[in-house]
Amino acid sequence: MSDAQTMTLEEREATLGGVGTARKRKEDVRFIQGAGNYVDDVKLPGMVFGDFVRSPYAHARIKSINAEAALAVPGVKAVLTAADLKPLNLHYMPTLAGDVQAVLAEEKVLFQNQEVAFVVADDRYIASDAAELVEVDYEELPPIVDAFKAMDEGAICLREDIQGKTEGAHGLRKHDNHIFEWEIGDLEGADKALADAEVTVKELITYQRVHPSPLETCASIASMDKIKGELTVYGTFQAPHVVRTVASLLSGIPEHKIRVIAPDIGGGFGNKVGVYPGYVCSIVASIVLGIPVKWVEDRIENLSATAFARDYHMTGELAATKDGKITGLKCHVLADHGAFDACADPTKWPAGFFNICTGSYDIPVAHVSVDGVYTNKAPGGVAYRCSFRVTEAAYMIERMIDVLAQKLEMDPAELRLKNFVQPAQFPYNSALGWEYDSGDYPTAMNQMMQAVDYAGLRKEQAEQRDKVARGESRSLMGIGVAFFTEIVGAGPSRNCDILGVAMFDSCEIRVHPTGSAIARLGTKSQGQAHETTYAQILATEIGIPSEDIGIEEGDTDTAPYGLGTYGSRSTPVAGAAAARVGRKIRAKAQKIAAHLLEVAEGDLEWEIDRFKVKGLPEKEATMKEIAWAAYNNLPEGMEPGLEAVDYYDPPNMTYPFGAYLCVIDIDIDTGESAIRRFYALDDCGTRINPMVIEGQVHGGLTEAFGIAMGQEIAYDELGNVQGASLMDYFLPTAVETPIWETDFTVTPSPHHPIGAKGVGESPNVGGVPAFSNAVIDAFSHLGVKHMPMPHTAWRVWKQCQELGLTK
Amino acid sequence: MNKKHVKMTVNGKTVEGDVEARTLLIHFLREDLGLTGPHIGCETSHCGACTVDLDGRSVKSCTLFAVQAENADITTVEGMAAADGTLHAIQEGFMQEHGLQCGFCTPGMIMRTHRLLQENPNPTDEEIRWGISGNLCRCTGYQNIVKAVRYAANKLNDTTREAAE
Repeated sequence: MSDAQTMTLEEREATLGGVGTARKRKEDVRFIQGAGNYVDDVKLPGMVFGDFVRSPYAHARIKSINAEAALAVPGVKAVLTAADLKPLNLHYMPTLAGDVQAVLAEEKVLFQNQEVAFVVADDRYIASDAAELVEVDYEELPPIVDAFKAMDEGAICLREDIQGKTEGAHGLRKHDNHIFEWEIGDLEGADKALADAEVTVKELITYQRVHPSPLETCASIASMDKIKGELTVYGTFQAPHVVRTVASLLSGIPEHKIRVIAPDIGGGFGNKVGVYPGYVCSIVASIVLGIPVKWVEDRIENLSATAFARDYHMTGELAATKDGKITGLKCHVLADHGAFDACADPTKWPAGFFNICTGSYDIPVAHVSVDGVYTNKAPGGVAYRCSFRVTEAAYMIERMIDVLAQKLEMDPAELRLKNFVQPAQFPYNSALGWEYDSGDYPTAMNQMMQAVDYAGLRKEQAEQRDKVARGESRSLMGIGVAFFTEIVGAGPSRNCDILGVAMFDSCEIRVHPTGSAIARLGTKSQGQAHETTYAQILATEIGIPSEDIGIEEGDTDTAPYGLGTYGSRSTPVAGAAAARVGRKIRAKAQKIAAHLLEVAEGDLEWEIDRFKVKGLPEKEATMKEIAWAAYNNLPEGMEPGLEAVDYYDPPNMTYPFGAYLCVIDIDIDTGESAIRRFYALDDCGTRINPMVIEGQVHGGLTEAFGIAMGQEIAYDELGNVQGASLMDYFLPTAVETPIWETDFTVTPSPHHPIGAKGVGESPNVGGVPAFSNAVIDAFSHLGVKHMPMPHTAWRVWKQCQELGLTK
Repeated sequence: MNKKHVKMTVNGKTVEGDVEARTLLIHFLREDLGLTGPHIGCETSHCGACTVDLDGRSVKSCTLFAVQAENADITTVEGMAAADGTLHAIQEGFMQEHGLQCGFCTPGMIMRTHRLLQENPNPTDEEIRWGISGNLCRCTGYQNIVKAVRYAANKLNDTTREAAE
């Protein structure tokens, strides 16, 4: 008898390594030995390097560009400018948001470090030398840095290429610097709720401009084979298939002659969703020169030119009864999109899913309007480890709840409990149009409050405040509560597409004769452990151990078409496709098993890794035997082989949620904050790999900590970007980073094949308000309603000083 | 541009090459020697993705010219596993404790840990955190990296103890 026949059920489950197992990661083996393969590790024969000439000004007219001196440098192959791209109609490229973005600036530059020319040379040192020698003559123009002044009467028009156009991709433009107004909800109803309310609060909540800053910057290598007419592009692409489609549409090269490869990616966090001038220039240069061209961003370029996030000025208003029942919400957002509207959102959603901003609360009426404006800042607007504009929405509502609690003199946790959507209300239709799939908010909240001894913490805080008042202590204690609801897994094709391609995803699997398998998916991991977790989903469905299932993504020549990895969509969409493709395999396997065991299909039952004949437990066919039979012993008329593909268009999005709590101690005399405790309870539905989930939560919380306590891409009044290097941009080290306590509840998604919801972004979404609420809570007894992020020691100290607390 | 001849030991092997005086060590390792384990994550010596071990010290190889490494003895992540492929205790620790996600910082983290554990074979969690504070990670939040370092320290200490007994 084989091992498989003598093993106990538990041993077979363990061998399977399926859903729920804390399986060690497959991808680690190469990474811990330095054998990862990131874009800059790829070296093609004859490859040359590109580097940019960038604008020193935020707003200026280009009078002339002289590349003679650069071209004279030995080893320089070419200098591309807008004049070279214009005949190809490539000096502008379409953005995901329906706007265009300059690939190389033509008449004007619109932000500091904008791409002006692309120098191609034998190595990166020569390219950099020559870039210094390109002479650009500029005439400076007044910049617009303050989004609130962008639509002033008489404000200078930034985008002359669309000057006078009153209709944009998302409707009416009210001003030359206006991009769109997006509105949803019941304005009249929300106004009435506010007018009739016993209590109202209103606050301007700004979520500052930040940057995802993955450790690997953006990069690409284009290689045009002029003889075959084939283009290969390696790149840091979170969505490689979309890149291929866009490359085909822009270049005119047929899509089957373009191969896009996203190799290992060193973190993405939204930074690698968009298409950047560097990618386009490397492609054009390779087409022109007929040799491979590599472009790799440096850190300053990364922070100052690709993919900022947030920059939302949100004015929130809540209406409530005296005893704390919320009766209405209204919010206006002024969205600073920079010089081009390059936001990475599904086409029909210019403000992403910001309308999730009613949060976890049963708010009967709401209205949201968003005005997007141009300024002299870098374009971007990516979802930095969150679903589209969801972290902004969560921050606004979670701050406003605290503001309301303060006004009502109610405990913020109690106010949340009082207004939660109740378990019996799911599926819940929110006032702003979403159907929440499942949730049990009170259970999660109570579990959190018990775990941290919430009442005890509040008691301690009151005592600490008394001590400070009596002059016995110089430390303020803050308790930050946040309860978030995410909306992830875009999305149903009825309302989500990227450049017209519906946001489905896919999985293809082939089971080999000896019972191992290869599966390919349309997503692309940037560290999320897809090679590990997708195999677990498949293992549970098809009874083949996850160790025997190879997972591949990121090569458009082999993987099925998919929309990529961002917005926590891999598990909700491609993970669902994996489960469904597994079910297709199992359905065929059942027919083969019936044939092998000479019984009817209906006489069989599934058990971990095999089919058994009901009532005759010794009669069984393992998946290993079935796989072999699929290639040599099939029922009459059945097609040989064991493979399947599934394209999954989800019926709805998924709604992960969680309860977070942060305890902070603030030194009044230095403004320094110490995170004493951070507890995070996440409910992401069915848990595929608890180890990976915990890792994702730790990472997301650390990013949230960075954002709330230190990150900001700021500009001075001339539009000079401040601190676009790691000298100034705060990436937490191991020393500042708090210790994380994690916990969970499980409320499966009713519409996902295995009930999973996605988790990677939840900790960023819930973490930011928890930190911010904790800082502000430390001052709430002194009448402070809001403090703008990031809560650096300097700013906190200024707050102490304003309150007269400092000595 | 004039080139200088350099010679050094990398992962136990003598290597030579001709480089410009300004060629950074990281570029020599990656471009000339094909050792792409060490990565480049910034140009300000903050991220530590390029960390290698040089003459008994952790060095950010983007902050050193290749010519400064003349005659140096360098170990990169590629030199950590045994010749027969057995993983080093530190590599094992990172895998067992889920101390990595995207893997981009990992080669630098492993090399920094390698030196840290020789400087301090039994560090406290706080000493580990300070010890790796020159290496940034954007994915893990460090908690599991701290565990990975402790795992490696315990394993290395056990091995040393067994050898002594």
